[in-house]
Amino acid sequence: MKVSLFITCLSDIFFPEVGRSVVSILERNGVEVDVPLTQTCCGQPAYNSGYVKDARKAAKQTIKAFQSSEYVVAPSGSCAAMVRHYYPDMFEGDPEWSAKAAQLADKTFEFTEFVVRVLGIDDVGAVCEDSAAYHQSCHMSRGLGVRSEPVQLLSRVEGLEMKELPYCQDCCGFGGTFASKMSAISEAMVDEKIRHLESTGANMLIGSDMGCLMNIAGRLRRTGKNIQTMHIAEVLAKGMAT
Amino acid sequence: MNLQAADFKARAKEALNDTQLQRAVPFVQDRLRSGRVQAAEALGNVEEWRELLSEIRMDTIDNLDSYLEQLAGNVRANGGHVHFASKAADAVSIVSRIAEENGARKIVKAKSMITEEIHLNKHLEEQGLSVIETDLGEYILQLAGEKPSHIISPALHKRRGEIAELFSQAAGRKLSEDTSELCAFAREHLREAFMEADIGITGCNFAVAESGTVVLVSNEGNARLTTSLPKIHIAIMGMERIVPTWNELDLALTMLTRSATGQKISVYVTGISGPRQAGDLDGPEQFHLIIVDNGRSDILATAYKEVLKCIRCGACMNVCPIYRHVGGHAYGSVYSGPIGAVLDPLLEGYETAKELPYASSLCGACTEVCPVKIPLHDLLIEHRKDEVEQGYTPQMEKMSFGAFGFMASHPAVYSKAAKIASAGTTLWAKDGYISGGPGLLAGWTAGRDLPQPAKQSFRDWWKEKGGARDE
Ligand code: SF4
Repeated sequence: MKVSLFITCLSDIFFPEVGRSVVSILERNGVEVDVPLTQTCCGQPAYNSGYVKDARKAAKQTIKAFQSSEYVVAPSGSCAAMVRHYYPDMFEGDPEWSAKAAQLADKTFEFTEFVVRVLGIDDVGAVCEDSAAYHQSCHMSRGLGVRSEPVQLLSRVEGLEMKELPYCQDCCGFGGTFASKMSAISEAMVDEKIRHLESTGANMLIGSDMGCLMNIAGRLRRTGKNIQTMHIAEVLAKGMAT
Repeated sequence: MNLQAADFKARAKEALNDTQLQRAVPFVQDRLRSGRVQAAEALGNVEEWRELLSEIRMDTIDNLDSYLEQLAGNVRANGGHVHFASKAADAVSIVSRIAEENGARKIVKAKSMITEEIHLNKHLEEQGLSVIETDLGEYILQLAGEKPSHIISPALHKRRGEIAELFSQAAGRKLSEDTSELCAFAREHLREAFMEADIGITGCNFAVAESGTVVLVSNEGNARLTTSLPKIHIAIMGMERIVPTWNELDLALTMLTRSATGQKISVYVTGISGPRQAGDLDGPEQFHLIIVDNGRSDILATAYKEVLKCIRCGACMNVCPIYRHVGGHAYGSVYSGPIGAVLDPLLEGYETAKELPYASSLCGACTEVCPVKIPLHDLLIEHRKDEVEQGYTPQMEKMSFGAFGFMASHPAVYSKAAKIASAGTTLWAKDGYISGGPGLLAGWTAGRDLPQPAKQSFRDWWKEKGGARDE
């Protein structure tokens, strides 16, 4: 089986270890991974800000980059949701591009969704002696409907004690440019998320979207709190022989 | 809170510093939303109900003309008067005229969002009429000179101590903070108002077209008294608050009360099909129905049409994290929360409400609970799109996204630009993190640190690994 990695801007630039973890987990499970380097950004920042024309340019590039791929896998529920839900809408009334968009939407998966639903694996053989809570990011849980897959994978990690996060369905206050434009409200939201996280006593917060994690981690660091954040792929890659 | 504060952000900041608000809003929100969740679970197949109600509402909106005609015909046949008001001011002057013609001085009102929307009290009071709100929450706000901050629970931001003070002032004697003492005062005071009133004004939760019936949903019973004691009853409704038959009403009520408070049904559901008939023991001598457009028919032909499905249950604001942190007044308008952020710009224009569509992280919690499946967060994106097209967004932002579009469609430029930007941010970096900087960086780093871009990007690592494709 062949998979094209949709690396996403944040992982590419800020968190390359997330991409490397995805590659190693997929390869270890017999998947051949390639990375089309003509990919850029899914266009979400522009789309959500109302700049649909500019978002469409990014979307066309993404569609072209993955045109010949069998499966496309992204380490982000948010980018996957963008492709799956908004790409077909974005080209409404344009038969050529809407067909191409629909094609890409059909073969695009969020990473844990792909591992559990397509590969049919729920134990990747990871070991991680720690306690953690899991953050359900909004676009992944509501947009893609992917909720149980990451939890399933984490429950099979040897040594990992999972704590239940109160109000786990509530937004962490990221929301792309929202975090910058409405920073005071965003901060109040992330502070509440952190209070809930602290109440679990977990040492670590795991998530499937680097946007949210960057937001929560950035606030944790600014307020001097000692809780680690990690992308689920990094956790799952732990303890596997390299 | 300073309702005059210039913009949403300023009002939001004030709200964030208001410790009373910070306690009260989450408390009420939690109660209402857990009520909704339990009611949904008890109903079992809530998704099917939502789908069905959404279809019915859409169908009604699509055929509004004929249902309104049917409704008006039936109200008239029942002996009532029907008035169409195309603008807020028209609705107000219809009420004034009715008051004038009947020599009315005193008005009692039941809770109603549409009367807030058309600023009815203010205009009637300017005309020298006395208007008394009879819903307990609305009555408190009237004494305080404030506006509702929630559709269902209008005074949720008020502390018991404040209420005791307001009531003491009104009573002219010191009242304690004891709920029963406060309620007793309100009851006594309002009972007098009911007995003296010439006109009772209510909103309308739903109007049933097939029988010409106005249906009111309440928990206090004040709506019933408002409609039955005074000689004249005026019901005011937004033109979309209509259901074809009692069957659809059944469904709409099932979802309304469950979504609003988690109740299977509210304490009072009152159906009014016109004035007192010969042989009736009570009821008003005149019944007037005012059907208000106020911009709604303009919405019909737009991408926002689905907001007209709204049944004003408030579920969206009960799950909204923005509402949770800033409360209803920060929205600076009649409707707050997600539905307000979608509706206010449509009713008032971007000139006054252009920030509201950005008061959302697009988390979708609102869309997930809306009993009529309005795609609220998508409509917020639609607003942003319209604001961009109509030139309401900053020039600088426009240029940035223009540049983004260009780079995102030119991969070679994109990866160069990413490199340059990464190198550039090191200017503000310390110990691998950035805690200041210009533009969007400033907003982000106001309360959070940003990691410095990685030394080696994923792409560079991949190329080094020898796995490149397409280059
Ligand atoms: S938008 Fe939906 S959830 Fe919000 S008040 Fe209207 S019907 Fe209720």
